[in-house]
Amino acid sequence: MAKIKPSLPASTLRKTPTGIQGLDEITLGGLPAGRPTLVCGSAGCGKTLLSIEFIVRGATEYNEPGVFVAFEEKMDELTVNVASLGFDLIKLQEEKKIRLDHVHIERSEIEETGEYDLEGLFIRLGHAIDSIGAKRVVLDTIESLFSGLSNEAILRAELRRLFQWLKEKGVTAIITGERGEKTLTRQGLEEYVSDCVILLDHRVIHQISTRRIRVVKYRGSVHGTNEYPFLIDEHGISVLPVTSLKLQGEVSSDRVSTGFHSLDQMFGGKGFFKGSSILVSGTAGTGKTSIGANFINAACLRGEQCIYFAFEESPGQIIRNMRSIGLDLQQHVDNGLLLFHASRPTLYGLEMHLVSIYNIIKRHKPATVVVDPITNLISVGSVSEVKSMMTRLLDFLQNEGITAMFTALSRITKINEETDEEVSSLVDAWITVRDMENNGERNRGLYVMKSRGMRHSNQVREFMITGDGLSLVDVYIGPEGVLTGSAREAQQLEEQTGQVLRTHASNRKDREIDRKRMVLEAKIASLRSEFESVEEELNKVYIEDDLKKEIMRKTRSDMARIRGGANRQGDPVKRKGKK
Amino acid sequence: MGEKLVTGDDECKDANEPSAYVLRLFISGASPNSTRAVYNIRQVCEKYLPGRYQLDIIDVHQQPVLAREEQVIALPLLVKLSPEPKRRLIGDMSNTAKVLSGLGITIS
Repeated sequence: MAKIKPSLPASTLRKTPTGIQGLDEITLGGLPAGRPTLVCGSAGCGKTLLSIEFIVRGATEYNEPGVFVAFEEKMDELTVNVASLGFDLIKLQEEKKIRLDHVHIERSEIEETGEYDLEGLFIRLGHAIDSIGAKRVVLDTIESLFSGLSNEAILRAELRRLFQWLKEKGVTAIITGERGEKTLTRQGLEEYVSDCVILLDHRVIHQISTRRIRVVKYRGSVHGTNEYPFLIDEHGISVLPVTSLKLQGEVSSDRVSTGFHSLDQMFGGKGFFKGSSILVSGTAGTGKTSIGANFINAACLRGEQCIYFAFEESPGQIIRNMRSIGLDLQQHVDNGLLLFHASRPTLYGLEMHLVSIYNIIKRHKPATVVVDPITNLISVGSVSEVKSMMTRLLDFLQNEGITAMFTALSRITKINEETDEEVSSLVDAWITVRDMENNGERNRGLYVMKSRGMRHSNQVREFMITGDGLSLVDVYIGPEGVLTGSAREAQQLEEQTGQVLRTHASNRKDREIDRKRMVLEAKIASLRSEFESVEEELNKVYIEDDLKKEIMRKTRSDMARIRGGANRQGDPVKRKGKK
Repeated sequence: MGEKLVTGDDECKDANEPSAYVLRLFISGASPNSTRAVYNIRQVCEKYLPGRYQLDIIDVHQQPVLAREEQVIALPLLVKLSPEPKRRLIGDMSNTAKVLSGLGITIS
């Protein structure tokens, strides 16, 4: 029996995938096929780019030729502008996959002398569509007609006819429009294009700009209604849909090393779970970056693809600094295992960082990533924003099965402690490195705050960064409290001295006891011999007594016999003399 | 779709004359606007430029490539190629005053 997927009913709206990363996800498949879609937004928010990418992706990825009618930019300008995104419009035109048409209209050159219509535009468009068999059409920005022609009544009637005509042609069209004061578009195009309306927005908050996209309306289809951030980079547009947060990523029970043996020991001897997320928090200069670098170094040595997101230091700086603790990260960069992605947190908004992290991860598919430090991103967002971003990032990483380590700078202030906690509830393992100041020196103490699903040490360890790498030492916990650093070493020395002295003392005592025992034993021996001689003496008396008694008895019986007559024959005792 | 490319439709006495008008009218088939425009411009030319003009009538349906080159959008479109400056007039040419000012003809 063939397994029939619950396919959509035939009457359901057909969709045309845009090929733009993320946009097809929030529209659940793309733009309505064979219908016009309105893309509106203020200047510089990426309308033209979105529409040209729609055409180019259609031509290159979906084998749907497209016509791009530009009312604002000239063809050569447009070609140059999008060349930076890797779109070769000239080549695509030669291959008859796309067709560009620049419609220029200049009011000052035109005299209106009566009734007219836009049949010329229809004919041009029709010819362009038919010449390459186009399935996609972009009109960017059709509102320019309003500045070129003065008879609005005609224009509006003609636009209505145009959109109807596009539908009849069966092409999927994008019509762009400039954002108006109160309406979505300056000329109220949304009245005519009512199937799908997408709003682009370019907002500046705290001097950091973020582009956002929102599907305002999508007739006949469900769609994501939120605002989604999007990014324009050298690979085009990418929209980041807020992930579904279904919490159903696959989990692995494989373990990966933390990078050094003594830390592995704290995690049940095996290290972290593969695909888990680890937070390393600590105050300034506690070696968070070193832990991160060490972790990624170990991953590279295992032959995994890794990405290091640096928000504080440049890659060169990190490589140089890590050389001082015996890590050669350069070799991993050279053999292509390790990729550094460094950017300033203030470069763009939090959402944009997320999108760019997302993009890079999608492109390189690493097994391990380090984000150092995550807290620097707080400078561009509030605590709740960071948490929401972290949730999405962690969710994404978990779905991809990527082991991720984040470092977080905690300051002494309460606010940042909160951040630690906000973030820490999301991660699987949390290591804290803390400064311990004592006796005029500063030492680092490392704790495992939590580690889900495995036995882990509850001990504070002293975290040492040496030229040979990282290591952990048990701290001294004695009557004077927790001792670290030189205090710990002094205490250990003292203990060793004490040990030697004690050993010596006990040896002496042992010998004395031996001697005493010998003396005692000698005494016991002499007493025993004394006792024996006394006993012997006593015995001698007893024997003599017995002998006397015997003799007396004999004598008495002899005497009795003698006196009693001689009728008693055979009396043996005869020879004994009288006493 | 009536005429294809009508060159020198009306009498053209001497195109080389300095004041000769070279006009090109783009129309779309036999639409009411187009028919009116052809009629009106002929009236204007005959009245104000007798024997001094050359009028080409082009059906854009037949010449879509030309439409692209000439930036044709609104129809009917009258392009005055000569004398300078080049001017573009759209509409059915029913507003004679505007047609004349567009063509640079002053009524004496």
